[in-house]
Amino acid sequence: MKFPAFKYLRPSSVAEAAAQLAEHGDDARLLAGGQTLMPVLAMRLAEPEVLIDLGRIENLRGIALEDDALRLGAMTRYVDLERSALVAEHAPLITRALPYVAHVAIRNRGTIGGSVALADPAAEMPACMLALGAEIELTSTEGNRWIAAEDYFLGLYETAREDTEILTAIRIPLAPERRVGFYEVARRHGDYALAGAAAVGDVEDGRIQGLRVAMFGCDDLPVLAKTAAKAAETGVLDGAWLEADVSPTSNINGEAHIRLAQARVAFRRAVTDLLGVSNG
Amino acid sequence: MSIAATNAPIGQSERRTKAKRLVTGRGRYTDDVTARRVLHAAFLTNPFAHARILSIETEEAAGLPGVERVFTGPDIADACNGWTGNHDLFPKLDSPQQYPLAVDVARWQGEGVAMVVAETRAIAEDAAALIDVTWEELPAVADPVANLEPGATVLHPGKSDNLALELRLGTDAVDAAFERSTLVLEESFRFGRHTGVPLETRAILAEFDPSEQRLVIHQSHQAPHQQQELFARLLDLDEQNVRIVCPDVGGAFGIKLQFSGDEAAVAVAARILGRPVKFVADRLESFTSDIHARDHQVSARMGFAVDGKITALEVDDIYAIGPYSIYPRASIMEGNHVMQLTAASYTVPAFRGRSRIVYQNKGLMGHYRAVGQPLGCAIGEVLLDRAARKLGVDPVEIRRQNYADLSAGPVTSSAGVALEGLVLHECLDTLVERMDLPELRAEQTRLRSQGRYRGIGIAGFIEQTGPGPNYYGKGGIPVSAQDGCVVRLEPSGKARVFSGATDQGQGADTAAAQVVAAALGIQADDVRVTLGDSEVCPYGGGAFASRGTSIGVEVAWRAGRRLRSQILELAGALLQCDAEALDLRDGQVIELATSQARFSLEDVARIGHFRPYELPEGFQPMMSAVEHYVPRDKPTVVGNGIQGSYLEVDVETGIVSLLNHWVVPDCGFVINPLLLDEQIRGGVVQGIGGALFEELVYDDQGQLLTATMADYLTPMAAEIPDIDVTRIEKPMGDKTLGAKGVGEAGTAGAVGAVLCAINDALVPLGAGIAQTPCTPARILTAIEQARNE
Repeated sequence: MKFPAFKYLRPSSVAEAAAQLAEHGDDARLLAGGQTLMPVLAMRLAEPEVLIDLGRIENLRGIALEDDALRLGAMTRYVDLERSALVAEHAPLITRALPYVAHVAIRNRGTIGGSVALADPAAEMPACMLALGAEIELTSTEGNRWIAAEDYFLGLYETAREDTEILTAIRIPLAPERRVGFYEVARRHGDYALAGAAAVGDVEDGRIQGLRVAMFGCDDLPVLAKTAAKAAETGVLDGAWLEADVSPTSNINGEAHIRLAQARVAFRRAVTDLLGVSNG
Repeated sequence: MSIAATNAPIGQSERRTKAKRLVTGRGRYTDDVTARRVLHAAFLTNPFAHARILSIETEEAAGLPGVERVFTGPDIADACNGWTGNHDLFPKLDSPQQYPLAVDVARWQGEGVAMVVAETRAIAEDAAALIDVTWEELPAVADPVANLEPGATVLHPGKSDNLALELRLGTDAVDAAFERSTLVLEESFRFGRHTGVPLETRAILAEFDPSEQRLVIHQSHQAPHQQQELFARLLDLDEQNVRIVCPDVGGAFGIKLQFSGDEAAVAVAARILGRPVKFVADRLESFTSDIHARDHQVSARMGFAVDGKITALEVDDIYAIGPYSIYPRASIMEGNHVMQLTAASYTVPAFRGRSRIVYQNKGLMGHYRAVGQPLGCAIGEVLLDRAARKLGVDPVEIRRQNYADLSAGPVTSSAGVALEGLVLHECLDTLVERMDLPELRAEQTRLRSQGRYRGIGIAGFIEQTGPGPNYYGKGGIPVSAQDGCVVRLEPSGKARVFSGATDQGQGADTAAAQVVAAALGIQADDVRVTLGDSEVCPYGGGAFASRGTSIGVEVAWRAGRRLRSQILELAGALLQCDAEALDLRDGQVIELATSQARFSLEDVARIGHFRPYELPEGFQPMMSAVEHYVPRDKPTVVGNGIQGSYLEVDVETGIVSLLNHWVVPDCGFVINPLLLDEQIRGGVVQGIGGALFEELVYDDQGQLLTATMADYLTPMAAEIPDIDVTRIEKPMGDKTLGAKGVGEAGTAGAVGAVLCAINDALVPLGAGIAQTPCTPARILTAIEQARNE
């Protein structure tokens, strides 16, 4: 379980990294916190020729409040998000979800950009980005572009990021009245979810409006449960309509209908969490 | 050697002597041992469950800079005798010949096929990837039930079926007994395949000196003397020229008790190349090539009279092993334990058992902590709970009334287990009290009305520990049931101990230091214990079957007492008095009559070592003592214990939350309460792993689907509740210290307790589960089935 040999590059600016990526394309892998890529390399599931380590690019780190959004540098570690008062105030869904992301040692190194770039369908952060309506910044030598999370996640570990692009930042629109809810079903604390839901929405007179619920761990990619969310706005909280939104398949964790049942529970509990009522 | 003579530090909670060293990073594991000009091995392994090797091209790999040699299966087989995992007590077991690496046909996914030896492990892995094998994939034998059917694909050419061995116990009188029963319960149990997942993976460093034909091996292993014999035998070396050193070992649990082909290949390479060769298994290799355990499908039937008395029991087990019976200890014991230890603490008037051991194209099956005991326990206790519910008997009462009656002395169970000196009722009564069972029941009822499903489980178990020589000795297997121990008095009046027992974290060394210190009247810190070196330590069995305390510490006690007598003889000679008139206490030689200190132990030691001319003419001071001990009077030390589990099942998600766990072990005589309790707790955690999380899942093509720590789920601290341990201490007699082994007790009962508790929680839903691990999907499926019925 040793890495194959590769060329190691450690750029000190985004421009330098983008140039290196432009040169090597899909022969290169970008190294962020390494919490997935390092074991993947060690098990030789990937054998890139070039590894571009983003760890020394200072301005990829940090949390900043902009006029209408909270900006998260791609190389911001989970632990920094977890401890951030800005995140707690402006994106409390992230603060709620972070304790479910693996374990302390992993959160000390893992980064938000790494997780969103990998797009593991059972991971918490991609789903949170979807629920929050985040925008994702992709940078290449050609310049940068912003893409909505809804357009970014395309399939199993598949995103709209081109091989020559670096995920450089995430912008979360400010919505002061918004409430959040989160629930995940996992076999052990810190495991990838069997099913999970991240919810945001407004509550007025006990009614939910503008509900966005991102499901994770129950399909090939994080999915906005639009049908079930619409039903929830009319008072149907139990995720009865969820199968219109997600299609879990039978796998080692259970048959499809069992996994769908778990997804429904996660949906309902996230929404009741958002409503602030007991999570029965 | 009366117990009354024992004194401090026996019975004290001494901390593990090695703990500080290990937690401050100064442990020295096999991978920390270096050798000049060492080479590193990496293996190309079989990607299929079952495949013929048509050709192996190694030229490109061998040409990679830094590669010393590439070996194929036949290359290694030429320099190493083959072996069979057979057992003379079971002559029908005819496991085929096996070699270190696959020759012609590879029979499980992960079996070594070729080995690269190179300057670094990374280069060796690079080269292994360049080896080109032409495979012919063969049908996988990967379903133990279907593979027993007539016409099924047969794994081994020349055999008529896949049945490795059929074990039978009991009599057909069971049929009539079932007919007379008021209630007969039947259930098919499934127990998933596990492994032990020690933190330190298997590791070996082999060095060969051709000038002396001497092989020195550092290995992460539990039984160095066994390995010495096997390496000598398989490599045709003289045993006195083979030295096995087991340095610090980071957990073993039975995973490091057998003989591994990859490790044999490393020793062969070191001999051929004349350079040291090291191999440290990575986690992926561990999952595919460490021994596996459990993997049983058991049809069990239990009959009851109207009052809840057991009338009959039938256990029909299918035990899925690997493509070979494991060498050297054979893949038999677990099937035997499943039969023998189901409802073993109860009076079972009629019994019949069968275990069919079936070859599979899966990993090899060895002996993992508690070897089948948790399965037997779980089967009996789940059925007993069901009977209690059906018959309206209290679950505690049904146990109490069925316990074997030992009031008139030892009895032998229908399945052949000798029950002697057990404390069944005392353990049960203590457990009920510790759990505060009435209050738990009230809470359970209260919460059920709120739609919450809590369960209470109780599981009693019987353990067979500290075995004598019958099983392996009569089986023709070179496993020592005895341990030797040398205690040496240093000139400082402090002592060294060299023992044939070994330690992988249990604290066997600490306990040995305590008993020797007690015998010599010094502190435990004054004793340094050396274990795990086949050359330096007296011959012994190492660690298995909870033997460390009942045998390894017993012999240390005996050797300590012998040295004590020798020191008193020496002191008596100096003082011109009878040794009987003296005692050793607090590092002093005491005159019993006056309680006055006459010499320090150091004074006596220095005279013995340096100034023997001060002694009477002709007196020879004996500064070391050796003892050997093997249990001769009974086949094993049988112990018992009971566990309780309280948990909540989320009936919507299938997630189980453990709330509390209790253990009441029968410990015999206690040497170190702290280490005993922690051994129990560690065992419980592994039992919980089996009950809820851990499973090696193979698909129907024999591919292992759970070969990483993200897929094979071990229990983590967050999932583990408080584990309350209440020891029942009752020495066994006056011939020995009377300690009982408890290394497996935690594991033996935890699976049953958790399984019973989950079933208890599901009662209001009419659901039940008889498969471990109890995954969320399996629990939800059980609930769904009950709803559809």
